[in-house]
Amino acid sequence: MKNMSDTGDYSRLRRLLDALNIDPVLLTLLVILSTFGIVLLYSGSGSNMDLIVRQLTRLSLGLFLFILVANVPLRILKGLSFWLYLFGVLLLLAVIFFGEIGKGAQRWLDLGIIRFQPSEILKLAVPMMVASYLSDRVLPIGLKDLFVSVVLVLIPVMLIARQPDLGTAILVGSAGAFVLFLAGVRWRIILSLMFLLSLMAPLLWKFALHDYQRSRILTMFDPESDPLGSGYHIIQSKIAIGSGGNYGKGWLNGTQSQFDFIPERSTDFIFSVFGEEFGFFGGVILILLYLSIIFRGLYIAARSKDTYGQLVAGAISLTFFVYLFVNIGMVSGMLPVVGVPLPLISYGGTSMVTLLIGFGLIMSIRSTKRFLG
Amino acid sequence: MPRRVHLKNEYLETRLVRRRIILSAIFIFVLLGVLLGRLYVLQILDYNHFTTLSDKNRIRIKALPPGRGLIYDRNGVIMANNLPAYRLEIIKEQVEDLDQTLIDLKQYVYYSDLDLRLYLQAANRRRSFESIPLRLNLNDEEVARLAVNLYKFDGVEINARLTRNYPQGDHAVHALGYVGRIDVKDLENVNDNNYAGTSHIGKLGLEKFYEPQLHGTVGVQQVEVNSRGRTLRVLSETPPIPGDNLHLTIDSKLQKVAEQAFGNLTGSVVAINPRNGEVLALVSMPKFDPNLFVNGISYKNYDKLRNSNQQPMFNRALSGQYPPGSTTKPFFGLAGLETQTVNSQTKIFCRGFYRLPKKEHKYRDWKKQGHGHMNLKGAITQSCDVYFYSLSYRMGIDKMSAFLEKFGFGKKTGIDSTGEVTGLLPSREWKRKTLNQPWFPGETLNTGIGQGTFLVTPLQLANSTGALSLNGLRYRPHLVKALENGYSGNKTDVPIEQVSEDGVSKKSNWQQVHKGMLNVVHGLRGTASGINRGLTYTIAGKTGTAQVYGIAQDDEYDEDTVINRLRDHALFMSYAPSENPRIAVAVIVENGGHGSSVAAPIARKVLDAYLVNSEKSGSGSGDGSQP
Repeated sequence: MKNMSDTGDYSRLRRLLDALNIDPVLLTLLVILSTFGIVLLYSGSGSNMDLIVRQLTRLSLGLFLFILVANVPLRILKGLSFWLYLFGVLLLLAVIFFGEIGKGAQRWLDLGIIRFQPSEILKLAVPMMVASYLSDRVLPIGLKDLFVSVVLVLIPVMLIARQPDLGTAILVGSAGAFVLFLAGVRWRIILSLMFLLSLMAPLLWKFALHDYQRSRILTMFDPESDPLGSGYHIIQSKIAIGSGGNYGKGWLNGTQSQFDFIPERSTDFIFSVFGEEFGFFGGVILILLYLSIIFRGLYIAARSKDTYGQLVAGAISLTFFVYLFVNIGMVSGMLPVVGVPLPLISYGGTSMVTLLIGFGLIMSIRSTKRFLG
Repeated sequence: MPRRVHLKNEYLETRLVRRRIILSAIFIFVLLGVLLGRLYVLQILDYNHFTTLSDKNRIRIKALPPGRGLIYDRNGVIMANNLPAYRLEIIKEQVEDLDQTLIDLKQYVYYSDLDLRLYLQAANRRRSFESIPLRLNLNDEEVARLAVNLYKFDGVEINARLTRNYPQGDHAVHALGYVGRIDVKDLENVNDNNYAGTSHIGKLGLEKFYEPQLHGTVGVQQVEVNSRGRTLRVLSETPPIPGDNLHLTIDSKLQKVAEQAFGNLTGSVVAINPRNGEVLALVSMPKFDPNLFVNGISYKNYDKLRNSNQQPMFNRALSGQYPPGSTTKPFFGLAGLETQTVNSQTKIFCRGFYRLPKKEHKYRDWKKQGHGHMNLKGAITQSCDVYFYSLSYRMGIDKMSAFLEKFGFGKKTGIDSTGEVTGLLPSREWKRKTLNQPWFPGETLNTGIGQGTFLVTPLQLANSTGALSLNGLRYRPHLVKALENGYSGNKTDVPIEQVSEDGVSKKSNWQQVHKGMLNVVHGLRGTASGINRGLTYTIAGKTGTAQVYGIAQDDEYDEDTVINRLRDHALFMSYAPSENPRIAVAVIVENGGHGSSVAAPIARKVLDAYLVNSEKSGSGSGDGSQP
């Protein structure tokens, strides 16, 4: 570190980042990833500059909020947890009554100027709420606190699942579950919950899922059974990824992608474009890049001396992993298609902004560690 | 296990969380390994398989639209079929510059803004290698002109496709409805995949109601295409399953007789078999040609239809609401007997008007000099208003509306078509709920002669006449008799559905009313005795003349039509043969004047066609109507 600070430019930048409470390592990784995301989106959108400009606008907004949140003291964020959670749940209820229906699901709230999905708020509000509740209690948590936390997680998850938006419900649910896991829920409770869930699976299958969700899961096992519907996505996506081979067909040269075989190729299925154009080698590098971001987030969580900060930073990093795993899993035909974007790369405004705000939270947690330590 | 000390220990807690974080990091590491393994399988191990699929052979999935079910009348007369027609179609993927192509095409063929909008909607929704129609129904000249210039346009094709056709033009249009080109909104209620390749969807009437049955199931063809998207060979094919054919209850011949009987008049006729609810004729006049809508109606034609004073697109049989006038008298007469407000001997003196006790206002009879002493039977036959004023006043609105509800007034009949409305059966509760006003005695009198707020649809009137003829037995009216599987030819009958049965205590009560109605046509002083000449069977009927006050149509002022508009609606309800009813007919002629002189003759023609002429020609249109 010492010899690096000799170079004037670098040390000035370093000082600026310190002043802004930004971790240079995480920032560098995020910038590399989103820059690459824009390059890939150009190919995935069929060279649509309008779309790129819109994505860049959201990226800028996201980075601004990232820096802003990084500079809010952690205790204020903790104090906000409950109110943000309450606000989010109320908006979810509002969606039920006033929401707009798009593509068969009711998720959007139209506020005149902007339309957004309130479920995005819960992606952060749920881990913050549960962490704030648990950090005031003695860890590892007892049964009563566990019960309260589970209810806190399930209320928004059910509301989101009935919209129906299974993808977001999974993300919000796992964010809450991660906080509980990190807060040290005992293994025998975890195992018995898993056992209970596997017993309830047939019931959930029958009553909790919509027809289209069931059909997606079924077609995952046998894509040929529905070649005009959801099976088509999986078949074409697998062909795209598989034909990428070692090094891929090259940027803008994916025939599957450019000839419009891949549905939703700029949003949820953008990894198919990536796999076709950059191959296995590119895939390894991309996954390593994601892994670095996740591990950096976990590292900051582990270093923090504040339980609330630890829980939130850990849960956000782990949820980021869930995005990645579910998205690549579904486009490669390993998991059912549930509508989870490839984080920081897929086209789509709200998820990108939410993710960057999440990393802003991690930044705030990181700087708090310093004051305490 | 020793009891834990419940004290917060920041250090221990941080350590606990840290342990869990490290644990999850290991977990993540493993799962990302699984992802990489998956990519390894797809991209390295199965590379050859997928690269063959992607590079050498481009496999495409083509949707094969199913043939739309045909529609027949009850005797097998074709009402709707599918004919090949030329379409101009574009495959977006093969077009270099779509905007320019669309502009250039204009030199050779006309297409409207609507055509363009529907094309763009479909092109956005469907995959870019699918052939999407821009213009339908090209004529020979257009085909010839395009064909010689087609070489200039990559991705533009002329294809002959089966298109809905109504061979009899405007005949029975209000019973059939029509199909039109698919709009985005239409797809909200159907399975999008099943409509891949389908260009039309039912928009109105039977075509809309039976859309799921008529449409069929899409077929799939896996084809291999070259890099320009041309089909090289078919790899596999699942043929489409054609939609079900509809066999209607409508008798096309009878329908035609009814339509012709109207001439230039506007109005509606509904004929029903009271024994099973089969609708034999459903006429709304004037008509329009549904073929106009199949290929996208031009603005000019649409404006002409929409702005016509006679409102040809308005389905009067199902959506038209009219004051029933004196056709309500048999129902209220029966109500009077049932509630023991009157009996068959009760006589009321009619001196040409009626006054409520202690009130000055005169409620007038249509016959100024009065009918003299009237019993119920005579009051029905001669349509004496004063008798029914008095009856209504003594019975009260609550009993009246409760009794008429049994006949289906004020409710949809539940016919298998679109656009049906409820009509309006006035009641104290209705008035309080909708107008927040109390009920006035004067309104009871008006209701008693079918005026005031009372409204019925022609279908309701026919259906309740049928119920009256069979002592209250009522069925849900329906237009489709059977569905025929387009593939196997197996027919499934649509089940008939009984709605209500005899709820009247004394058989003689029915007989009183039936006799009164029989005398309307066959009696010396019957209001419709003008139609009894040469009858070989018996008709029971009732005339009605409904006052028109202010029609809810705000058209421009035009002296001739305004005068016409102020004329009364003419109504006639009937069933025959009276001793063994096989058909019930309701006729409403808008601004026709008197029911006796205008509406009743139309009903007579319909009844003759069904009961006399068809038996002579032996077309068997009366099947299923044996007692």
